[in-house]
Amino acid sequence: MTISIRNISLFAVTALLFVIVGQVQSWSLSLSILNLCLISAIMALGVNIQWGYAGLLNVGVMGFAALGGLAAVLVSSPPVAAAWSVGGGNLLVGLLIAALTVGLIVWCYYDMRGTKRRVLIAIVAVAGYFATRAFWDPAADAIEAVDPAATGFLGGAGMPIIFAWLIGGLFAAGAAWIVGKISLGLRSDYLAIATLGISEIIIAMLKNEDWLTRGVKNVIGLPRPVPYEVDIQQSAYFQELAADWGMSIIELSSMVVKLSYAGLFAIVLLIVLYLSETALRSPWGRMMRAIRDNETAAEAMGKDVKGRHLQVFILGSAVVGIAGAMLTTIDGQFTPSSYQPLRFTFLIWAMVIVGGSGNNWGAVLGGFIIWFFWVEAEPIGLWFMDLITSSMDESNPLRLHLLDSAAHIRLMAMGVIMLLVLRFAPQGLIPERRR
Amino acid sequence: MDILNALAVLFNFLVIPAMAYGSQLALGALGVTLVYGVLRFSNFAHGELMAFGTMTTILVMWMLQSVGITGGFLPTALIAMPVGILVAVLLALGTDRLVYKFYRKQKSPPVIFLIGSLAVMFFYNGLIRFVIGPEDQNVADGVRFIFTAGDFKRWSGLDEGIAFRTTQGISILVAILCVAALFWFLNKTKTGKSMRAYSDNENLALLSGVNPERVVVIAWVLAASLATIAGTMYGMDKTFKPFIYLQLLLPIFASAIVGGLGSPIGAVVGGFIIAFSEIAVTFAYKKVIGYLTPGDWVPDGLVQLLSTDYKFAVSFAILVVVLLVRPTGIFKGQTI
Amino acid sequence: MSFLLGKNMTGGYGGADILHDCTIGVEKGEVAVVVGPNGAGKSTAMKAVFGMLNIREGNVTMDGEDITALTPQARVQKGMGFVPQTHNVFTSMSVEENLEMGAFIRNDDISGTMAQVFDLFPILKEKRNQPAGELSGGQRQQVAVGRALMTQPKVLMLDEPTAGVSPIVMDELFDRIIEIARTGIAILMVEQNAKQALNIADKGYVLAQGRNLYTDTGEALLADPDVRKAFLGG
Repeated sequence: MTISIRNISLFAVTALLFVIVGQVQSWSLSLSILNLCLISAIMALGVNIQWGYAGLLNVGVMGFAALGGLAAVLVSSPPVAAAWSVGGGNLLVGLLIAALTVGLIVWCYYDMRGTKRRVLIAIVAVAGYFATRAFWDPAADAIEAVDPAATGFLGGAGMPIIFAWLIGGLFAAGAAWIVGKISLGLRSDYLAIATLGISEIIIAMLKNEDWLTRGVKNVIGLPRPVPYEVDIQQSAYFQELAADWGMSIIELSSMVVKLSYAGLFAIVLLIVLYLSETALRSPWGRMMRAIRDNETAAEAMGKDVKGRHLQVFILGSAVVGIAGAMLTTIDGQFTPSSYQPLRFTFLIWAMVIVGGSGNNWGAVLGGFIIWFFWVEAEPIGLWFMDLITSSMDESNPLRLHLLDSAAHIRLMAMGVIMLLVLRFAPQGLIPERRR
Repeated sequence: MDILNALAVLFNFLVIPAMAYGSQLALGALGVTLVYGVLRFSNFAHGELMAFGTMTTILVMWMLQSVGITGGFLPTALIAMPVGILVAVLLALGTDRLVYKFYRKQKSPPVIFLIGSLAVMFFYNGLIRFVIGPEDQNVADGVRFIFTAGDFKRWSGLDEGIAFRTTQGISILVAILCVAALFWFLNKTKTGKSMRAYSDNENLALLSGVNPERVVVIAWVLAASLATIAGTMYGMDKTFKPFIYLQLLLPIFASAIVGGLGSPIGAVVGGFIIAFSEIAVTFAYKKVIGYLTPGDWVPDGLVQLLSTDYKFAVSFAILVVVLLVRPTGIFKGQTI
Repeated sequence: MSFLLGKNMTGGYGGADILHDCTIGVEKGEVAVVVGPNGAGKSTAMKAVFGMLNIREGNVTMDGEDITALTPQARVQKGMGFVPQTHNVFTSMSVEENLEMGAFIRNDDISGTMAQVFDLFPILKEKRNQPAGELSGGQRQQVAVGRALMTQPKVLMLDEPTAGVSPIVMDELFDRIIEIARTGIAILMVEQNAKQALNIADKGYVLAQGRNLYTDTGEALLADPDVRKAFLGG
């Protein structure tokens, strides 16, 4: 057996946590946490593919997740015909010119040398920039002027949101290809810094390109892949069921919806997990580990280290993108300003480190445990602060400040947990299997 | 054609802010580069170290203000800063003791240090929010302007004014003093030279009798001091907000890498390159063009190359170009 | 009893032993040269004497004092100077700063020693403000040797000082090394250019597979037909 008793019991304890929350707080909350745990686990798998398989540091998880969110908008929102008619054409021309410019620059870069190359690249870049903006700016303005309170953007393809999960992966993979091309093959720090940069830029773009994402006005009411609560409440079958089980129909409907999400997410998680495990066991996985453990030796044996790194970086980012699209799906809305690096990058890292880098099951467990803790730390922190300050006067400023700041304790706690794991159990809860 | 007024606009909105911002970035990048040179990893917690030092400075500033001590026409934060520096240094040294020292003994690869610094960043971040909260804090008091736009207009008789804020002046002056002191230390003192030697060639420095732990301590003392100063300057000039310092990490790293990671002179030059490019690219040239073109020809738009929200993209673009063309940076990096 | 003596040293870098009962030593004012084929353990023997690897058996003494347990840094304090084969200068620092770093452990006036080094290697005085990384290979070796001399060592140990330099520079460097020995410093060096090195050696050690094969004066080794045939190319 590859999965030991220890690992099974770790997962069992995690399952128990959900039961406790279900009993003590509410089952609805327990299911909400579970859904986000499933998404977190997929994201952690993506980072684990990069870090655990190949030792690549991606500090821009946030950006790739946000690209998944963008995909959800672009796939599922209904298209805004008026916006397309006022600006769509010009926008596409602008896009074409931009693409042409980049293509020309790349061609100049590879095909020429010396001063000629530099001058030509500068000319092409400047000319391309102004030509693009000449078409782009009026188009964007026109689109954003179309009923700004309700739309003001191009809208999406109006397709089922579930397709966005795949498209989100492709978006993230595309961004990863660009970042990887630039920064792989240099020191590992540079990849970390480059990914940090690209993620900030992606977020800035999502916040400001209103014609694409409505920016900080957010896109709300994205269609769901599962039934709506109101529809369930109408159904006679469920009304009977609720009566039989002695639950309110509102509670039942919300649980049914959450369970259907959980089912979908679990399917994706299992597929990704299965593929990751298969890949890890395959000759490809063996080669990846060989490269990670001794790059020089692998290179000397004729392995294309940079190419393999690019491959694994793209794959991992794609998985993060899929999870990002799923997250926007369950939120039902796309809010660019909600993407914070602490929540979307560093928390995922905590999952991978705590779970066990290099082990897919570990990443999944880490995703569950860390997200669970992240959510539950707030009430626990508040309870704790209340306890230690209970002897103080109700209006004692220190007590008020401590109660007020209890929410921030989880950040500190997360840092400490990561440091403790790194120091005393660097392999994580479920260590990488040596074979 | 009105070149003087055009220059005034450029100075007021581009050159002076970029000088101040560049000074702040240079101080931040120096800290990153010193830690890189000696401990050989990119410290992702540096932004939070800046925020922490600034926070301590603010707390001391409040205490001083509450007992009626102010800096007069200068910001009170300047008086409070030494305490902020001291506490930040203690935090950095404590962190080194508890976290990084272990990995040094293990001779862990740099990437482990880097991940450790991510965890440290998490902790600092929570600590700062726990103590002072996530809100904006005003750091600057005292006289707001060295000279105002009105002063300048009266003095020069131009239509456009140039305002020079006290905090901008202080940023530039403090940066000059710090950089001068640091370079004197690194180039003229025995301890400073031993630090450069350690950064250049660790084994040979050990053979020469340099004590590595002492070099590491000095590196942290310098990095934490510079971080506090940079953070306070930035906070005075703009505003103190914990999450802004996390975002400053990108331009700071870009500065350090553009100049050459590990090269102090590179960090300073890189800081100004990033600051000037960031502001020049996001600057609205409308007025300047209006003054420089004959007649009343004024362009319609703002004539802005990129919207201000994309200032990160500027740091990033420069970073990318450097990584592609010259990964070691302008001044060959990797050593102090 | 030599001034510096590594006696019956056995040990390696943690894995299998590289040195087997190996003995090397040098007197004050003498040049001792360790030669042998690739992989003979020449550099290892030198590093063992300097304390850069742990020896399981045998001991190292200097001036009669047992220094086997000391760290390399402590041995520098005791008066040993070591010039590694590669990475032996601070490339980003000026020649003068390199020499200053050599004297890092000294708290007295170092200008006299620096003047001596400049007398020995006049080219360094000329290039004193140039970064050591910009110098030619031969000049770098001079900086490296100069740096080691700055502690005023009693013993100078050189690991292949002529690796990668032209024959003319090599002769020049050997001349300087003899000059240094004449001031009363003991010199122990590992050399790849066996013939030329034995020419200037008061004492020579031929090692093979971590063992002493021949030990004699340089002159005698050069004259020994077995040594010539096996190691000096006839």
